Amino acid sequence: MFEEIGTTTDGDLIINVGPQHPATHGVLHLVITLNGETIRKVEPHLGYIHRSIEKMCESLTYRQFIYVTSRMDYLSSHINNHACAMCVEKGLQIEVPERAKVIRILLDELTRIASHELWWGAMAMDLGAFTPFFHAFRERESINDIMEETCGARLTMNFIVPGGLMADIHPNFQKRVKDFIRLYKSKFEEYNEMVTGNVIFRNRMEGVGYLSKADAISFGCTGPTARGSGVSCDVRKWFPYEGYEKIAFDEVIETGGDSLSRYMVRVREMNQSIRIIEQLIDAIPEGEYQAKTKAVLKLPKGEFYSRVETARGEFGVYIVSEGGTTPYRIKFRSPGFSNLSALDQMARGSKLGDLVAMMGTLDLVIPDIDR
Amino acid sequence: MWSLANITNSIHEALNNQFSAGWALFFEMLMAGIAVISLFAILGLVLVLMERKVSAWMQIRLGPNRVGPKGMLQSFADTLKLLVKEGLTPGGADKFLFNFAPVLAIIVAMLLMAPIAFAKDFQLWNLNIGVLYVSAISSVSVISILMAGWASNNKYSLMGAMRSGAQIVSYELSAGLAILSVVVLTGSLSLNDIILSQQNGWWIFKGHLPVLIAFVLFMIAVTAETNRAPFDLAEAESELTAGFHTEYSGMKFALFFLAEYVNVFIVCCIGATLFLGGWMPFHIGNWQQFNHIMDYIPSSIWFMGKTFFLIFLIMWFRWTFPRLRIDQLLTLEWKYLLPIGMINLLVVAAMAIGGWHF
Repeated sequence: MFEEIGTTTDGDLIINVGPQHPATHGVLHLVITLNGETIRKVEPHLGYIHRSIEKMCESLTYRQFIYVTSRMDYLSSHINNHACAMCVEKGLQIEVPERAKVIRILLDELTRIASHELWWGAMAMDLGAFTPFFHAFRERESINDIMEETCGARLTMNFIVPGGLMADIHPNFQKRVKDFIRLYKSKFEEYNEMVTGNVIFRNRMEGVGYLSKADAISFGCTGPTARGSGVSCDVRKWFPYEGYEKIAFDEVIETGGDSLSRYMVRVREMNQSIRIIEQLIDAIPEGEYQAKTKAVLKLPKGEFYSRVETARGEFGVYIVSEGGTTPYRIKFRSPGFSNLSALDQMARGSKLGDLVAMMGTLDLVIPDIDR
Repeated sequence: MWSLANITNSIHEALNNQFSAGWALFFEMLMAGIAVISLFAILGLVLVLMERKVSAWMQIRLGPNRVGPKGMLQSFADTLKLLVKEGLTPGGADKFLFNFAPVLAIIVAMLLMAPIAFAKDFQLWNLNIGVLYVSAISSVSVISILMAGWASNNKYSLMGAMRSGAQIVSYELSAGLAILSVVVLTGSLSLNDIILSQQNGWWIFKGHLPVLIAFVLFMIAVTAETNRAPFDLAEAESELTAGFHTEYSGMKFALFFLAEYVNVFIVCCIGATLFLGGWMPFHIGNWQQFNHIMDYIPSSIWFMGKTFFLIFLIMWFRWTFPRLRIDQLLTLEWKYLLPIGMINLLVVAAMAIGGWHF
């Protein structure tokens, strides 16, 4: 019995990576067919952390369901909240005050940096370098402190609600964000020296995990994963929301298609986020932080869709309403799910050690994939 | 001048006065054995704590600081925990090989201690082929790793062991060539003779560039041989969970852990002996005053200082570099380090014949 399980008829070795494995950063289960150290096939098995969030949302009101979405992609909970709030606002045709819009963008970009910082540390850790992880967390902590002060939470903020924001920003917000920008800029060179410029790191990343432009499109990859293959897909540029069209920033695109390109996209994206924050931090307009809304929200009958660019790619919210206080059906389009589907294509023919690096560059958050 | 040799000589005399020569030798052997075992235990505790403190320092955190003053008793607490844990043997494992592998690892590490001169006239076994002995015995450590990986009946363990086998066997060549360059210059395989040959300058200073290259090769090769990052493919926790010791728990795991650290210590001892003059103090030419001051520092402190500097270097590697991939690892050895080592050895040989070193 024992011998038969775990090998194929060709004599290839099948190993299970996960659901409990240090490489998967969560409860992802990969069934890998190996020939020696060379990967023949990667088969992701999902469902270990499925909480049926979409179903739960059907029995929650339009004010309540936003809290659940923070638990999907917990590294960009602000942006998830933002998408849901936007979808509800679209249905009710609420005009969000300018102040709330600017603060939303600021929080989104801070979240994006925090998420990329964590990814950067975890990426280096996947390659066996532990130290960058702690250095990345130093910066991420200071963002979390800003969030804590303003939102009262560090991970699942639930600060963006239909109509605007839950509360006004803390008086220290602007000062602390500026402090953070200074800290970030002083440390960025250190990052590049320690990881990006490291010869071992570059050898591990260059030419590994190639994903062609056509494949990236056909797998439905979005975000840095697709942009690393040369696909222009930034929602902030293509379908601007909340005034992103008025802000000067570049869509970061690398054409290499390998792990290094995806890595570079994320690193350069952090700089773009800093650029956005620098433009807005002194230009927060005065005024209300929340539009006047009814206590009980009732979406008109119909279908509503909104999309945002999270740290991992395009996140979409699709609400079908029957006119009641709760949605009839909600569907989330999460970026991690489609990005993960490209893993098999990338990994075939490369070594087992590189699989971990590839998963790192996909920046998988498992609760986002499983929901 | 004060030296550890004074103590050993007085013990030797006292024992010989008290007992017949045979019994005296027996007691001396017994004491040496106890000394090695206790050195072993202390080394394990000190090096684990050192690694944790060094990594904490590099990672902007505090490290262990709860047990004892500044966390110094943390290793004792860890050892106690490992001692009381159950040592599991997985079903389907080859019981004898599985349980024997960690013991073999520790035996190899202990045997390697024998010819090392820890201080002036303080050497367990002044072997005339000390260098050869160390190279030969250290090769056996790969067998314990292969044994552990095979006997575990676990795919991760097996892959870790196979990687480790390829790695250790390859990198031994580079380490051997680097060691050989100093042997060629000295003309002796005895560790004691090699130390004495560095009386007026360490080989790393006397041997010009070729010995410096040999030293760098040696450090890279021994880092790989001891399975330390960036060459820790046998463990590779992000790919293979824990590699060859995935299935080990409790004290069996601790023995592997201990063997790893003691191996690091021993290769650093060898490095310090061959390239940095062993227990020889640092002298600058004919500057008498300076040399006298240096002579007052006990030889044991010189030796340990150099050894721990090299250990720190290896720890520094670990907490800075990402891991290599298995094919890159073997490419590095067979395409770069080995040819460089061979050419370097020829240059050193020419240097030794021509007497171009100081």
